[in-house]
Amino acid sequence: MHELSIVLSIIEQIEEETAKRGGGQVEAIYVRVGVLSGVDTEALRFAYDLAREGTGLAGSRLEIEAVLLLVFCPQCSTTHAPRPPNIACPCCITPEQEILHGRELEVRAFEIVQ
Amino acid sequence: MSSQPRIIEVRARILKENDLLARELRERFQQADVTAISFVSSPGAGKTTFLEKLMSMMSAEHRIAALVGDLATENDANRLSRACSQVRQITTGTVCHLDAKMVAKALEGWNLDELDFLFVENVGNLVCPSSYDLGEQMRFVLLSATEGEDKPLKYPTIFNTADAALITKMDLAQAAELDLAAMRCNIQSVRPGMPVLEVSSKTGQGIEQIAGIIAASAVGRAIQATHTGQ
Repeated sequence: MHELSIVLSIIEQIEEETAKRGGGQVEAIYVRVGVLSGVDTEALRFAYDLAREGTGLAGSRLEIEAVLLLVFCPQCSTTHAPRPPNIACPCCITPEQEILHGRELEVRAFEIVQ
Repeated sequence: MSSQPRIIEVRARILKENDLLARELRERFQQADVTAISFVSSPGAGKTTFLEKLMSMMSAEHRIAALVGDLATENDANRLSRACSQVRQITTGTVCHLDAKMVAKALEGWNLDELDFLFVENVGNLVCPSSYDLGEQMRFVLLSATEGEDKPLKYPTIFNTADAALITKMDLAQAAELDLAAMRCNIQSVRPGMPVLEVSSKTGQGIEQIAGIIAASAVGRAIQATHTGQ
């Protein structure tokens, strides 16, 4: 349950960004969470509802975009979207695959009224 | 003043502060020629006992320091200090993982130039440590023979961030009726190509081999650094 630490980092970043732009009312925060990021989206929502209270983001909502896994197989030169936990290439089961998407843990944007 | 909401793009890593600190740490380790390795597992998989054995074996030839994370107590640091002289406990309080800031703080006052290896034992947890880069150059995930073959499938993320897996407590494999082939297969399915080694801190199985691999990786990194002019 490290989602609370993650949420505190999100709040800190958005408060910084808002202050840089002269303040305003934050309506929403858009984040991207990969299936292999190690973060549970339900726990993130729960933690956000608690953590936003008493901050400048108290009235805001958290919009979570789940990012699915996309893997590149150098053997077949193709990308495929395996269902975790199994990430082996369905064609050749080759090791050393490159994970293109699925590890994201990022703030994409926020919505503000000034 | 407009009252229309507008969207501002940020596109930043949520843990960018941790990532930046971890990058700084990695650079410091590289400059000081220190190989930093972290160890993660569930509680009770045998990280501390394994590190005691590993450090006892390596400390004759190498200068080693260790950091060990737990929510409370100095017990593990006391245990590890029998195997090497430079050990610091990081007590996280209620936090379930180590982060780069805790590592940086714990290193204060140590001269990295006087070290060859830094071992970092994370808090026993197979979930949260996966999100935090500690600046380590190598991450080992430990899984004991008594834990169940499907653990890699249940906790794929941590296995996916590791560079090698160690199956510990191999002396208990038979008693626990471990299906070793299934466990290895499950590790490969979540992290194709990851090296898997079998160890027993009790009998000493595999410890020398891992000490050799760790020492060789340090040499390899040094050669690579010379070639790239770093």
